[in-house]
Formats: sequence, structure tokens, C-alpha cells
Amino acid sequence: MSDTTAQQRANTLTPVLTARNVVRRFGGLVAVNNVSFEVRSGEILGLIGPNGAGKTTMFDLLAGSILPTSGDILLNGTLVSGEAAHRRIGRGLGRTFQIPRPLPNLTLIENVMLAEQGQAGERLLANFLTPRRVAAEERAAETKAIELLELVTLARLAREPARVLSGGQRKLLELARVMMADPAIILLDEPAAGVNATLLEVIIDRIRDINARGITFLLIEHNIDMVTRLCHRVLVMASGQLLCEGTPDEVARDPRVIEAYLGGAA
Amino acid sequence: MNLQFVVDGLLAGSMIGLGAIGVTLTYSILRFSNFAHGDFMAWGAYATLAVVGAIGAMFGKIAPMAPLSFGWPLIAAVIVGMAITGLLALLLDMMLFARLRAKGQAIIVVMASFGASMALRSLLEFIFSSRPTYFSRAIQIAMPVGFGIRVTPDQIALLLLTAVLVLGVHLLMTRTQTGRSMQALSQNAALARIVGIDVAKIVRVTWIIGGALACVAGVMIGILIQIRPFMGFDMLLPMFAAAILGGIGSVPGAVLGGLIIGMAEAGAVQLVGAEWRAAVSFIILMSVLFVRPIGLFGVRER
Repeated sequence: MSDTTAQQRANTLTPVLTARNVVRRFGGLVAVNNVSFEVRSGEILGLIGPNGAGKTTMFDLLAGSILPTSGDILLNGTLVSGEAAHRRIGRGLGRTFQIPRPLPNLTLIENVMLAEQGQAGERLLANFLTPRRVAAEERAAETKAIELLELVTLARLAREPARVLSGGQRKLLELARVMMADPAIILLDEPAAGVNATLLEVIIDRIRDINARGITFLLIEHNIDMVTRLCHRVLVMASGQLLCEGTPDEVARDPRVIEAYLGGAA
Repeated sequence: MNLQFVVDGLLAGSMIGLGAIGVTLTYSILRFSNFAHGDFMAWGAYATLAVVGAIGAMFGKIAPMAPLSFGWPLIAAVIVGMAITGLLALLLDMMLFARLRAKGQAIIVVMASFGASMALRSLLEFIFSSRPTYFSRAIQIAMPVGFGIRVTPDQIALLLLTAVLVLGVHLLMTRTQTGRSMQALSQNAALARIVGIDVAKIVRVTWIIGGALACVAGVMIGILIQIRPFMGFDMLLPMFAAAILGGIGSVPGAVLGGLIIGMAEAGAVQLVGAEWRAAVSFIILMSVLFVRPIGLFGVRER
């Protein structure tokens, strides 16, 4: 009984993020070709596929760095296909990059605080007319930023400029930065790439912790071990199209997936 | 030697410094040298003069607040003038610079700013004539303050105003989300966009701050010297020298650079003669570019 109601609720629940017949052309190349999928609230969804499959282009489309040639993108049921990236961040979409690049001369804490949305201090006049309110918000934002830096184990470097961080630490900083905007969903582009094994375990743990707080993840990753351990479901893309979807085990056994990775040699 | 040059230098430095803040912010955030910035000063001074005139027409003659040479109408007019100059900068950006920036070649924008500078200046000559004018023709008696230095009440008030404005801008840059976003944008526009910063808004804020401070600098020149259409254009070299000396993008640097240049100018007038005044900015500018191109507070890129 309780199972069916949970099922019903899941069915009626609006997906956090929806791609509907999304197409993106670059000149003659169709980088993303008629892709549709949904990211359900609370899940960790993997997006895998061979190099050049169109995964990062798909991320750019979802996050608003580029706009689709055709098709719709919905964030919490709202059509956002034409909206700029910073507006989508305001609506609860966070995104990290394959090669994270923090602002080098700002401190870690400043890098994280930059991502805070909807403060009075964003308006020029408010800073002079209601300085107390702005100062109070600044203190609150700073506390929150320090907590997030603690979460990603970077608190002791909070006052250092971001240029001192290693590649793996930059990925953790990005995670903290994205969390600062209180996202409903986080798109992670290859969080494991170029990260040593110890730090990778930290990253996996943090993703689980954050997911346990109810935040949804969509994750591009080549590290299949990580995908199997983290993801509830997996989408497979190849040559710009969606090949199949399923649990990590189902996908791993799918002959189409094996063929896509091995280029038909199998 | 006579220490009067200290006060003269501080005053010149304040005017240069307030202008240089705008120059340094536009340079670091929009990545071009805005040669029309000096003309924002002149426009600010004339806009303030016009508002003072309008207040005079509405309320009749208002006595100055002793011991200053001006009364509340000028203070109210400066605030309106700051808004007008900020909007003028914004309008110029929307009509001219933003369109050229979109094409991506900085040198075209710089040349356009030269054109805008000439157009703005000629427009002032057309509307107000090129004859010098004044906020007040009253003569203030300078008070001796020791060490052979004399200052007028106006000069003290304007130095305090500069200190307040500089502190305000510094706090804005370091303690608020607006300022942090401006710093981020000056370091890397593409990254700033990714983090969720509304770049168009920060660009607007930059123009408004630059324009408003240029207006105050213009009014200072108007109160202490005179108002004429070329007043801002003549400040261009010292302003750029100050911005570069302080380090592009640094607000405290621009102000300190302004003070150093102002002092050096005033000192040179006393030591080697007034005809060398303009050469001072040039010499300082060249030495900085040769010895330490990133300036006093500049940060090396990446």
C-alpha cells in the first residue's frame, strides 16, 4: 500500500530537469541529436558515453552556456531553453566543469561567496542605503561559505588565494561554490578526472552526503567504478544520440553500449 | 622650502584620484582605456552648475553655509549631478561602447572613446560656451594651520568628502557581493559568468560608479579652480598616470597614485617651475611602465 502511494507520488512529481527533443548543431555537425530524458528528484543520474558522444555539449545546453538549435529544457517544470546561464543558477541549477578554474586571485572563501544568490548587496544603492542589512547578510554568507569549505575539507585554506590549489582541490572548491547557490540539482562534469585515489574517495563521500540532503545529481564520468558505486540510473550517449538508459548493471550488460565503446569491433 | 605644496598636492591628488578610480575600474572590468572619462568630469561639473541654477530659480538666493563658499543647493546639486553623470556614462556605453565591445576589438573601443570625448566636449561648448565659469565668485580667506601652510574651509571640506567617498568605494569593493563580482569580472569575465554573476549588471554598476565619482572630481575642480569645457580633458594624463601607477583595477592604488602625482606636480611647481607641471605625470607614467608595469597594487594576471 505504502509502496503504491510512493510510486504514485514519484509518477506525479515534476522531474527536476527535463530535456525534450533537444538538438544542437555546430555547422554541419549534429553534436546533440534529438535527446530526451528526465532527471528525477533526489536521484544520482549518470551520463556516460565514449569521447565525442556529446555529453559536455548536453551539459552546456542544460546549464545555458549554449542554446539549443531546437527542443526544450525544463527546470522544475519551467521552460528555460532561452535563459542565460546566470538565471538558471538562480533557479537552482549548479554546474561544475571538467577542468575547474576558480578565480585565481580571490581567496577560497571569496570564490565560494561569489555564488550566493539574491543578496541585497548585489544592488548598488542597497549597499549605501541599508549597509547594516548588507553587512548582516555578508556575515551570514561568510558563515555558510566556511561551513561548505569544511564540508569539502578545505576550511584550513579558506583565506588563501585559489591559485594555490591542486587540481583535485579545485574540484572540491567548485562543489562548495555550487552548493553556495542552494541548488536543487548539480551537474558534475567528470569529477574523478585527474584526481588521486584518496581525494577521489573524499569526492565520492561528499557527493553522497550532499545527495542525502535531497540534492539531485547529473554526473558525466568515465570512471565506471565511480558510476557503479554512486549512480541510481545511467544514461548512455553515443554520436550525439541517447543509446539507452537503466541501472548501472543493466547498462553494463547492454550489447549496444559495449559496441559503442569498442566501435563495433566486439 | 614652503610646505604649502602639501595641501595643494593633496587637493590635486584628490581630484586626480577620484577620476582615476573610474579609469581603473573601466580599464580592468571592460578592458579598454576610456579617454572620454575626463569629459564625464566636465559634464558632472556643468550638470551640477545647471542644477544649482535651477534650485536658485525655484528657491531664490540662498546664503552659503559659513564658513564654506557654498550652501545646501550645491550639496543637493552634486547628488543630482552624480546621478546624471552616472546615467550619461551608462547611456554612452549603451549607444556606443557596448556595441563596439560586442565586436571584440579593444582598439576600436578606445578610438571610439576619443571620438566620444570630442563630441561630449564640443556639446558642452555649444550649450554653455567655452568661457570659464564658477560656482561662486566669493573669495575665501585661507586660514594658517602652522608650518607655513594655509587652507580654506572649502579645501578642508572637499578633502574630507574625498576621504569618505574613497572609503565608501573601498568598502563596496571588498565587503559586498557587488564588489566581489566586480573583482571577479576584472580577473576573468568568462569565469565570472559561469559562477552566476549577471555581467551586464556589473558593467552598468561600473559605469555608474565611475561617472558619479568623475562628477565629484569635476565639481571639486569647479569649486577650487574654475569650470570650463576642457577641465576634464586636461586631467586625462594625470588620471591615467595615477591609475597605472596604482595598479590597474586597484581602488586604493588609484587614490594613492593620484595623491603621489598630485604631490609631485605641486612639488615640481615649487622646485622647478610651473611650466614643468604637466611633464611630471608623463615622467611618472613612463617610469612606472619601465620599472614596474603592474603598478603599486597591481596583481600579475594568473
